Amino acid sequence: MQFARMIRSALVLAAAAAVTFAYAGPSAAAGPTKGGVLKYVVPAEPPSFDGHRETTFALIHPIAPFYSLLIRVDPSVPYNGTFVCDLCTEMPKPTDGGKTYTFKIHDGVKFSDGSTLTAQDVVATYKKIIFPPEGVASARKAFYVMVDSVSAPDDHTVVFKLKYPSGAFIPALANPYNFIYSKAILDKDMHWYEKNVMGSGPFLWDGREAGAFIKGKRNPNYYHKGMPYLDGFQAIFAKKQSLRVQAIQGDRAAIEFRGFPPKSRDDLVKALGKKITVQESNWNCSLIITPNHQKKPFDDARVRRALTLAVDRWGGSKYLSSIAIVKAVGGVAFPGHPLAATKEELQKIAGYWPDINKSRAEAKKLLKEAGQEHLKFTLNNRGVDQPYKIVGTWLIDQWKQVGLQVDQRVQPTGPFYATLRKKKDYDVSLDFNCQAVVNPLLDVSKFISDDISGNQYGGYKDRELDKMFTAMNQSGDVKEQRAIMRKFEKRALDEQANAFVTLWWYRIIPHRSYVKGWHITPSHYLNQQLDTVWIDQTQM
Amino acid sequence: MSQYIVKRLLLTIPTLFGAAILVFFLMRLIPGDICELRLAGTGGYFDETALKICQHEIGIDQPIITQLGQYLSGLATFNFGNSMWTGRPIVQEISLRFELSLMIAILATVTATIFAIPLGTIAAIKQDTWIDYVVRSFSIAGIAIPSFWFGILIIFGILFSTQWWTGIPWMPPIQYRSSWMSWDNISNNLALLIWPAVATGYRYSAVATRMTRSAMLEVLREDYIRTARAKGLVEQLIIRRHSLKNAMLPVVTVIGLEFAFLMGGLVVTEQVFNLNGLGKLFVESVTNYDYTMTQALVMVVVAVFVFTNFVIDVFYAWLDPRIRYK
Repeated sequence: MQFARMIRSALVLAAAAAVTFAYAGPSAAAGPTKGGVLKYVVPAEPPSFDGHRETTFALIHPIAPFYSLLIRVDPSVPYNGTFVCDLCTEMPKPTDGGKTYTFKIHDGVKFSDGSTLTAQDVVATYKKIIFPPEGVASARKAFYVMVDSVSAPDDHTVVFKLKYPSGAFIPALANPYNFIYSKAILDKDMHWYEKNVMGSGPFLWDGREAGAFIKGKRNPNYYHKGMPYLDGFQAIFAKKQSLRVQAIQGDRAAIEFRGFPPKSRDDLVKALGKKITVQESNWNCSLIITPNHQKKPFDDARVRRALTLAVDRWGGSKYLSSIAIVKAVGGVAFPGHPLAATKEELQKIAGYWPDINKSRAEAKKLLKEAGQEHLKFTLNNRGVDQPYKIVGTWLIDQWKQVGLQVDQRVQPTGPFYATLRKKKDYDVSLDFNCQAVVNPLLDVSKFISDDISGNQYGGYKDRELDKMFTAMNQSGDVKEQRAIMRKFEKRALDEQANAFVTLWWYRIIPHRSYVKGWHITPSHYLNQQLDTVWIDQTQM
Repeated sequence: MSQYIVKRLLLTIPTLFGAAILVFFLMRLIPGDICELRLAGTGGYFDETALKICQHEIGIDQPIITQLGQYLSGLATFNFGNSMWTGRPIVQEISLRFELSLMIAILATVTATIFAIPLGTIAAIKQDTWIDYVVRSFSIAGIAIPSFWFGILIIFGILFSTQWWTGIPWMPPIQYRSSWMSWDNISNNLALLIWPAVATGYRYSAVATRMTRSAMLEVLREDYIRTARAKGLVEQLIIRRHSLKNAMLPVVTVIGLEFAFLMGGLVVTEQVFNLNGLGKLFVESVTNYDYTMTQALVMVVVAVFVFTNFVIDVFYAWLDPRIRYK
C-alpha cells in the first residue's frame, strides 16, 4: 500500500517536473484547427534516414513524422511514462507468465506508396532491429536481449515471445527509432531506408535539400482519424545556437525541439512576452564523472569516493540551473521515476549528504588514507559549452575545496571519444548518458562492466553490479526491481564509486505560442511525430 | 599566350596532387573516426557490431595505403565517390552548395568593388585631408572587424531595430530557395543574401580600398603623371586614364584572391546567416570526419584558387600591355 502510494506520488512528481508555463495569455479556447506549416530548426543534419541504425536526435526531429511506431509514449502526457498504441489497437496484457505479448494491428493502414501495412511489416521491422542479418547495423539490438521470437500468425497480429518476463521490454518496444518499414522493401534491400523515406506516418515526404531542410506534407490517409492537423512541416537545419534563437525571435521558425539554455529562454521571453510559451522538464540525460580505473590512483575506491564526496550537488543545482541545462539532483535512475531514489534515499549516498562540510571532511580523510591529499589530475572534457564546459569548470572548483588541483583538457567530440574509447589516456573524464524512453532498467547499463555495457568507458568490471542488473531486468515485479536498484545505486555511486552522476540535464523549450498540441518530454527523442501538433492562427 | 595557358594548366596537376596527398593524411591524423562519432557521440547505448559494420561499409577499416590508392584512382577519373556521412554522391552535395557560395562571392565582390575603387582613389587624391582620414578609418575598421562578428551585429541590429520601430521583430530568411522562378523566391533569396554580402563585402572592400589608395599614391608620383599634368591634361583624364588603370594591377590581385577565399572560406559567416554554402559544408565535413567530402572540398577550393590566379594573370596582360607571357 505504502509502495503504491510512493509510485503514485512519484508519478505526480514526474508530471510536476514537466513544467509548462506560458507567457502567452489566452490559450486557444477552441480545439485543434487544421492548416499551416510548422517550421522548426534542427541543430544538425541526419547522416542517413534509417532510424534503426542511427542514434542521433538529428534523425528523429525531421524523419519521425514520416513513420508509425507499434507503440509510443503518450503524446498528450509524454512525461509520465505511459505508453499507448500507435499502430496497434490496444496495449496488450502479457500472458504466459509475462513472457508473451500479442498486439493487434490497425486495419487499413497504408504506406505512402499505397501498399497496405500488415503485421508482416511489423515483424520484418522488428526482426531487422532485434536479429539483424549479417552486415546490417542495428544500433540498439541489445535492448531486446529478452526477446526470443517475433512472429505474425496472421496479417493483423504480432506476437513477441520473451525468454523471461522483463519490465524493460515495453519501454524498449516504444523506442522512437523503431520506425515501421515495409517488408516488401526490406526483402529486396535491407539498406534501402538509409537513403529513402517511405512510411505510414502522419506526413508524406515533400522534399529535401542537402544541408538545408527536409519538408513533409499532410498524409491524407493517416489512420488516426482527423490527424495530423498541420498541412506540413519544414525542418530547417541550423547549426549555430544563436541563429536558432534568433530564428524563433524573428519568426523564421516556431520551435526547436532539442532545448535551449536558460539565458536564451530569458532573452526570448523578454523580447516576445506573450508570444512565447516555455515548456520545461527534467531531461533523461545525466552528466557522469568517469575516473579511469586503469590508472593510479583512480583504481583506489577511496580516491574515487573522495571525488564524489567533494561535490555539492544540492548547492550546485541551485546555481548551475540558472546558467546551464542541468538541474535535478538524482542517482542512477531518472529523477521522479518510480525506480529512482527519493530525496531521503539519495541523501544516504556518498556525494548526496545534506551536510557538504561533513562530506568534504570525509573526502579529505579518505584522500589522506590513500596518501593522495595533494592529488593533481586532469579532467577530460568535451568541447561543448552546454553543459559540459560549464559543469567541468564548476567541478574543478568543487575539488579544489578538498585540496585537489585539477586542470581541464577540452577536446572536440571526435577526439574526446577517441580518448575515452581507444586511447584511454585520461585521468578523470566527464561523460554522459542520454537515453530516449525513460527505462532505468536498461539505462543503468552505463554502470555495469565494460565488457557487457558497451558504453562504460571507465575500464572497470564489477560482477556484483552485473548480477544485480540482470536480476532487475529479469524481474517482473516493480517492488523487487526497486529494491535491487537501491542496492545497485549504493554500490555503483557510493561503495565502489565506479562512476558518479553530477546533475541531470534540464530541458527548456521556448516556442512560439501559436504552436499547440506539443508537450515536452523527458527526452529530445520522444513525441516527434507531430500528428497532434496544430497552429493557432489567432495567435500568429 | 596559348602556350602559356597550357603550361599554367599543366602546372595545376602537381599542385592538386600535392594538396590531395596532404589533406588525405592530415584528416587521418585527427584521433577518432566517423562511425564512433556517429554512434557514440549521442551519449546513448549502441551496439559494437553496428560500429564495425559502419567502419566496414565506408572502408575505413582498410589499410591506409588501400584507401589512398582508391582515393587517387577516383581523383584521376574525377570520381569523388560518396560522402561518408550522408552516403550520397559528393558531386551532387557540392554542386548544390557551390551555387550559393558563388552567388555570395559575386555579390560581395560587386559590393566591395563598387565601394573600394572610388573610395581608395578619392583618398589618394585627397591625401591627408579629412576625406582621407574618414576613408582610412572606414577601411581599418573593416579589416579589424571579423566578418562573422559583423554579421552577428547585423542580425541583432535588424532584430532590435524592427522590434523597436514596428513592435514585431524581423530577421532575414534562413533558407535559400534554389529556384529563382517566382518573385517570392527572388525576394526571399535577395533578403537572405544581401546581408552576408554586406558583412563579407565590408572587409573585402576595406582591403581593396587600402590597396587602391596606396597603389594610386604610388602612381600619382610617377614621372609620366607629372608629364601629363605639365602638358595641361584635365585632372579627371589623368586620374581615369593614366593613374587608375596602372594602379589596378595589385588591386585586381587582391580582388581575385579575396574572391577565391570567399568560395570556401566563409566558414563562420555562413553559419551566422545559416547559408548552406561550401564553408559550412567544410566545417561539418571536418567535424564529422567525412574524409571523402573534405578531400573533395579541398580539391574544389584549390581548383578555384588556381583558376582565379590564372584569370588574374590573363587580366594583367590586358591592364598592362608591357606584360608578356613566355
